[in-house]
Amino acid sequence: MLKTLLSSRLAVLLLLAVVIALVPVLAPSSFYLRVAALVWVFALAALGLTILMGYAGQVSLGHAGFLGIGAYAVAIGPARLGLDPLLSLVLGAVLCGLVAYVVGKPILRLKGYYLAIATLGFGLIVALVLTSEGAITGGPDGMQVPRMTVLGWRVSGIQTWYWITGGALLIGALLALNIQASPSGRAFRALHDSEIAAAGVGVDVASKKLAAFVISGVYAGVAGSLLALMNGFITPEAAGFMHSIELVAMVIIGGLGSVVGTVVGAAFLVVLPQALTMLHEYEQAVLGLLIMAFMILLPAGIVPSLRRLVLERVR
Amino acid sequence: MPQTAGSRGLRAAAVATFAALATVPVPTGPSHAADPIRIGSVVSATGPASFLGDPEQKTLKLYVDQLNKKGGVLGRPIELVLYDDGGDANKARTFATRLIEDDKVVAMVGGTTTGTTMAMIPVFEDAKVPFISLAGAIEIVEPVRAYVFKTPHTDKTACQKIFEDMKARGLTKIGMISGTDGFGKSMRAQCLKVVGDYGITVAIDESYGPTDADMTPQLNKIKNTAGVQAVLNPGFGQGPAIVTRNYAQLGIGLPLYQSHGVASKSFVDLAGPAAEGVRLPAPALLIADKLADTDPQKAVVTEYKKSYETATGQPVSTFGGYGFDGIQILVKAIEQAKSTDSQKIRDAIEATKGYVGATGLYTMSPTDHLGLGTESFRMLEIRGGDWVPQEKK
Repeated sequence: MLKTLLSSRLAVLLLLAVVIALVPVLAPSSFYLRVAALVWVFALAALGLTILMGYAGQVSLGHAGFLGIGAYAVAIGPARLGLDPLLSLVLGAVLCGLVAYVVGKPILRLKGYYLAIATLGFGLIVALVLTSEGAITGGPDGMQVPRMTVLGWRVSGIQTWYWITGGALLIGALLALNIQASPSGRAFRALHDSEIAAAGVGVDVASKKLAAFVISGVYAGVAGSLLALMNGFITPEAAGFMHSIELVAMVIIGGLGSVVGTVVGAAFLVVLPQALTMLHEYEQAVLGLLIMAFMILLPAGIVPSLRRLVLERVR
Repeated sequence: MPQTAGSRGLRAAAVATFAALATVPVPTGPSHAADPIRIGSVVSATGPASFLGDPEQKTLKLYVDQLNKKGGVLGRPIELVLYDDGGDANKARTFATRLIEDDKVVAMVGGTTTGTTMAMIPVFEDAKVPFISLAGAIEIVEPVRAYVFKTPHTDKTACQKIFEDMKARGLTKIGMISGTDGFGKSMRAQCLKVVGDYGITVAIDESYGPTDADMTPQLNKIKNTAGVQAVLNPGFGQGPAIVTRNYAQLGIGLPLYQSHGVASKSFVDLAGPAAEGVRLPAPALLIADKLADTDPQKAVVTEYKKSYETATGQPVSTFGGYGFDGIQILVKAIEQAKSTDSQKIRDAIEATKGYVGATGLYTMSPTDHLGLGTESFRMLEIRGGDWVPQEKK
């Protein structure tokens, strides 16, 4: 019974919904809401990577590039082109998909380390362009993101953004779970296990890889747009290398291929730096040690390892 | 997978740790004696801007300690709630929210970079809590925002100081080579805006990337441009040191001006003998021991330099000076307001008049939330690895 519950799609969504609904009740101040909203945003971005890395087994070290494209779409669209913020968000997501398609087509021929380096290069190029094209992007000092208005209602305030990001995460999780259970999801997993075997049973390896890359790019792009709209200000380091690594770390720490794991991983990396501020100078060192400790003790990632532990106990 | 009892125990421990981490509420910093005045700070003590944020952080801690030893402000101790954003604007904004929502600070001194400052401004403006920024760009105080102030010189003032000096030396046609980092870009733009006021023309305008290791090609272009009488290098970090070295290697021989962005001992060390004869505008802090006894800043600057160097064992930097001025202006404003009400503190900061600081003399107003003029810069020349102040002609 427990086993079916732990692997049920509905249970995962319910669990997420309950957590999202409970945080505002328990949060002593709106600062906690902001931290939680950041968890939802980064979890959404990382969910894309879960599909790419966890399902399809392809690595990307440049995913913050898509985050940056999405973020600057909602900054540049309204400020420079006079577009509606919501439309800019959609266009940003489309742009991310297109960029992922164009970039992914050649580089997804690469495997393993080579693919990692190529995606790394992509992320660096996006960050570089955002930094250098000061006339459009405001350069390294960043730019203001105009407030979003939907049907005359000005979207601002952390409470509002909390529910928007929480809702976006739920939708993202629902899609990710459905993709996992779909024929494409099975093709992704076949790819993950063995590309040759997958090709042997008739999976169109190249197009499936590309599909996973495009989907993951769109996820990160939407997350980037939400982050920029929530903050009202964006700097090029949103697309920086450290953020790419953070996203990968979230997916791996939480548990590769697990939707709940991705959210837990995002929470881990967003909440811990806040919890560790009391250590001052030792904050970074302790954060690093904790990440190492979790990887050593829970090698499959937090959620899959715990799930296995629980199931063993029950049996 | 076979499991030993030991590894199972370890895993159980890890599980317990995680559970504990997940449930323990985020602590809100140490609490001192009765009813302290809480002042917030978010600086980039680590990350790419740590060379700015680290001296700021040390200065803030040092002076809050000193103030508390003297009995605090309004008879109450000061509690500094300090966070490190690592140079990340998103983190800075989260910490700003934390300062306001959770720590309930009465004011904030911090914001090491322009990016982090701009990201935090809306939080303080919305909460109506005064924010004294330690970042450079003019956009922070122009247009004036009710609750936002800053202590560092702007690039515009530095440009004006440099052009004043060029004009006095009769240099009217110059070459520019700027870094494409935030500082270099912003200063280049500000300089180009005011250069005409001094009858100076820019004959050639080159640039380099923040991580470039060789600027010889750009400098060669400048060298081969007819009529150039001096070269100005708005830049930051290691770039200007490389420019200075390449400049000497090419034997260009024209006066070279650097910016206040590299007004530190480490620039002289990095550039080595090539720095001989380079001029740059810098705050009085850099030449504390060379200031005339009649100089109004002498006492303040010497005292700050001594305290900082004794406490940290590191040479004083102008960046720490921004932090010094920030906390001093704030504390004076709290004393003036005789209150810890954020609105009254804001009004008192805006009324700052003739405050003699480490960076310069501040007189703020409703239209000027910085309050520094060109006289707060000293034109220095590097001679024998040391600073030589250039007297005003």
